[in-house]
Parts: sequence; structure tokens; C-alpha cells
Amino acid sequence: MRHLILRMIGCLAACIGLTASALSAPAGGAPQRVVSMNLCTDQLAMLVAGEGQLHSVSYLAIDPEGSVLAEEARRFPINHGRAEEIFMMHPDLVLSGTFTGRATVALLKRLGFHVEEFPPSYSFPEIREQVRRMGRLLGRESRAEELVQELDTRLTQFPDSDRKNWRPLAALHYANSYTSGSGTLASAVVERSGLENLGTKLGLVGTIRLPLEVLVASAPDLIIGGVRPSKAPALAYQTFEHPALRAVLEGGELTSIPDKYWVCGAPFTAQAVGLLSAQAQALRAKRGTGK
Amino acid sequence: MSHRSLLAILGSVVAALFLASLLVGPAGLDLATSIGGLFNGDNEAARLVMQEIRLPRAILGLMIGATLGLSGAVLQGYLRNPLADPGVLGISSSASFGAVIAIYTGLSAAFSLALPLMAMAGAVGAVVLIQLLSGAYAGTLTLILSGVAITSLAGAMTSLALNLSPNPFAALEILFWMLGSLADRSMLHVWMSAPFMVAGWVMLLALGRALDALTLGRDVASSMGIRLARTQWLAVLGTAASVGAATAVAGAISFVGLIVPHMLRPLVGAQPSRLLTASALGGAALILASDIATRIIAPGRDLKLGVLTAIVGAPFFLWLVIKNRRNVL
Repeated sequence: MRHLILRMIGCLAACIGLTASALSAPAGGAPQRVVSMNLCTDQLAMLVAGEGQLHSVSYLAIDPEGSVLAEEARRFPINHGRAEEIFMMHPDLVLSGTFTGRATVALLKRLGFHVEEFPPSYSFPEIREQVRRMGRLLGRESRAEELVQELDTRLTQFPDSDRKNWRPLAALHYANSYTSGSGTLASAVVERSGLENLGTKLGLVGTIRLPLEVLVASAPDLIIGGVRPSKAPALAYQTFEHPALRAVLEGGELTSIPDKYWVCGAPFTAQAVGLLSAQAQALRAKRGTGK
Repeated sequence: MSHRSLLAILGSVVAALFLASLLVGPAGLDLATSIGGLFNGDNEAARLVMQEIRLPRAILGLMIGATLGLSGAVLQGYLRNPLADPGVLGISSSASFGAVIAIYTGLSAAFSLALPLMAMAGAVGAVVLIQLLSGAYAGTLTLILSGVAITSLAGAMTSLALNLSPNPFAALEILFWMLGSLADRSMLHVWMSAPFMVAGWVMLLALGRALDALTLGRDVASSMGIRLARTQWLAVLGTAASVGAATAVAGAISFVGLIVPHMLRPLVGAQPSRLLTASALGGAALILASDIATRIIAPGRDLKLGVLTAIVGAPFFLWLVIKNRRNVL
């Protein structure tokens, strides 16, 4: 019995050693078996990777609420970001975020895997930088450059936030009365759409609570939010129906931008700019004719 | 001090706190803008803040405080027990459980009165359970232990229901249902809960004479023409209706019904009937003051109201237990 256990331990150590040594030195070229365990790296990898290069994406990538490439993601085996699961996939490159699965990432690194971590992107320059970094990691620099060009072309379709123009005031209003101030991707998108972000105007930083009272007293021209991530009820959405908020909207509705366009920064984040830019122009036209 | 002047003083304290509650808030409106906004001023944003956000909050603070103070005074008189209170006896947490079932199953979205009705059902369940567990002549210890058991059970069921919800926010809302808050309530909440609270008050205030008679014992009270069955029904339904409706919109707020009657009892003499109105006003003052404090101590942080009432109330409860130790043990 003791002998058996020792043999098993011996084999386990050998197997790990073998896998790690075999994989940490890929045959002088781009990785050929990439596993991504974060929604944002999933999507960047799907956009950048060549045929057969990406092996697995996370289970979040197939959720159409959060993922723009949900259809595409169904072609890949799904992982749940657990060390054992990823180990068994024998990846030669693991992609992860900097905030989730910290214990898993530490364990995978100890086992000798090549793990690359991507922080969330908070601005358009950071999106370009991350696309290019993904290109370098996967040996697909020209494809990455193409994607950056695509993002820039799409953004030029929308008039830049001209400081001389009137910029309508936009309040971001999420569940539990949270909003985004400066230093967030949401505020970058709002401002790139020719709107002024209320959170930034009030000097808020990051994603933070904004009391309904302050929102209403600021009399914003439009309110962006009202997205319910789940059909099950919760008090968190109660303020979406609050009479004071409804009165600010003057019979209109909350402007909801699907989460999937800006929960991760990527070339498709231009979609969110497009939707908001249309709102901004409509408000400017309304103000122009209203006087 | 005469009873009349006590009520006048309490009434003016409540009025002052009600006004203060309207003037304190994160939007930082100045006095003139606030008052202008309250009476249909030209400033649309100030009007919305005052009429749709701060006014319902102040009205609910007043009504919920009055409910808790009054029901505490009635429960202490009716059960002839100095430690009785809707929070301590588990009535508030059972009402919370009822409200949680109504909201998170989607029942209240389909039929809005389901929320106060389910909360009241929870409250009735708790009162009936307390009577079954401890009987009409329970000692303090039995009553408090029954309350502890009911509070834990209702709290556990609330947590279970919210943890089972597929909504990621639901589990965070356990905090609201156990500690209570008045943040961002609207006039809709006032219209939904006020009729039930007022109906409850009418029932509870009608008990004055019966409570006075009951201080002499059940037999004497009975011979004085007090109908005991009617008294019991009024106490149970009045508590359930008012506390149930209060909890449905603001969560379970503890200790108010415990502290207020004790503080006012020396001022009204030993007559339970005189304590009722005074406790209602005292409860209103305490909740309004605590709610103002939540906004001053941590603006924008959504500090829960029940945190403050417990910080004041729990040491007070402890002091009462020590003071009553001889009767308890």
C-alpha cells in the first residue's frame, strides 16, 4: 500500500515536471494551445488568435448578456477558471485578468505554466495597447494592428467630443444607485460620445455610490442605466422606478447600453460610443430647435 | 409635569425633527431652495428632491417610529413584561421574512398589496407563535427566549430565501431586511403602507382602558367589563398591521419599541393608557433623529438605520436585564 502511494506521488511529480518543462519552452514560435480564463481576455483572444491557436475560453464567454462573441465562443471547450481543469488542458499559454482567480493564477505559475495577466482597460489608449499586447503574445501583430485600425475607423464615424459644442449632461445609474466617475471605461465612452459625465463633473473617481437625491438635483439631460443583469427581482433596481427619477426623464426611458459592449474594453466598445453618440446628437438637435 | 404639556413638548420635538429631516441630505440644497422646492417652487430639480425623495422619507420615519413606539408600549402593557418589543420578540424579523417572500418570488410585482399583506402575515405568525410558546402569563425569561428563537428562525429563513435567489444583488439585501433603512423610499411606499399603519394605530390606541384595567389582573379587569378576547385580538392585529406594514417598506428596525416606553414611563405615571400616545411621539422622534444621523455620519454610504438604533438600544436592553435580574432569574 505504502509502495503504491509513493509510486503515485512519484508519477504525479514526474508528470507535472514533464508537462511544465515541455510547455514552458514552445518550439520557438507562437503558442499553439492558448487557454483564456477571463471574459475580457476570452474576447480579445478570439479576435486576435489564428485558426487552431485558441483552445479554450471561460464559461462567461458564451453568455450573450456579457459577451459580444457568445456565438463564436461556442466553438471552444469551456473552462471555469479552476486550476485542475486548466492543468488538464495542457496549455502553452494561459490568459487571465488581474482581479479574478488570483489563487488559481498563483498555483498555475507554481506549476510552471506561462500565465499572462491583463488588467481591465479604463480608456481607449489602453484598449489599443491591450490589443497590440495580445498580438505580440500570440505572434499575430498584423492582425492586432488591423483591429486597432478598425477601432479607430469606427470611432472617427462619430464626431469627436468637441469642447465648443454643448455637451449634454449624462448620469450613469446602475443597480443600487452606483455610478462611474473619472478613470473608468464607462466615463471614457460617455465623454467620447460628446456627452459630459455627471460622475466626473462631481469629482467622483471609480465606480461609486451616487445618492438618487444628488442625481436628481443635478438635472441630467439623459440617464444611462437600467440594465438588469438577472430576471429575478431585487431591491437593487428599485430606484429605476422611483417617481423622482421618472420625473427627470420627463416620460422618456433610461438609455440602456448592453453591458457586453463596455464591460470589457475592445474594438466593439465603439458600439457603445455609437449608441450614446446618437443620443447626444438627438439632444443637441432638440435643444437647437427648442429655442 | 402635566400629561398635556408632556405631549405638547414631545409633539414639538417631533415637528422640529421632521423639519430637520427635510433639510438634511446629500444634495446640499440651501434653506430657501429647500422650502421653495417643498411648495412647488420654480426650481424643478429642488421640487423633485424635496417632494419625491425627502418628504416620503420624513413621513415614513415619522410613521414607522410612531408604530414602533406605540406597539412597544402596548406589548409591554398587554404582556405585562418590561422587555417586550416587536424587535426583541421577533415580530419585525418575521414580518421581514414575509416581505422577502413577497418581493423575491415576484408576487409583489404582480400584485403590489402582496408586500404589506405578506409582511403582516409574517407578523401575525410571530405573535401567535409567541403566545403558543409562552402562554398569556409567561415569565420574562420564557418570553425573551421565545423571541430569540423566533428572531433566529425568521432571520435564517430570510437568509435562505435570499441566498437561493439567482439574482446577484439579492444576497446583499439580507442586510436591509435585518437592519432597516429609509434611503430612497418614494411616495409609492407611503401610500402602500400608511393605511395599514393607521388602521393598526386605531386598534392599538383603543386598548388604553383595557391596559389600565389589566394592571389589576385579568380577573379584576374582566369584572370591570373588559372583554379579554377582544383585547387580545386588538393587540395582535393592531401590532401585526402596523409593524407588518412598517417592516415591509423599511426592514426590521429593533429596540425602538423597547427604549421609548421605558424612557417615558416615569413621566406619565404608572398608567399604561397615558403611555400610548406619548410612546408613539417618542418613537417618531427617535427614528427621525436616527435617520438624520445616518445621513450626517456617513453621507452617501447608505448606513443602515437599524445599526444606530441597535447601538443605542442594545446597551439599554442589557441595562434593563441587569435591573430586572431578580425577576428574570
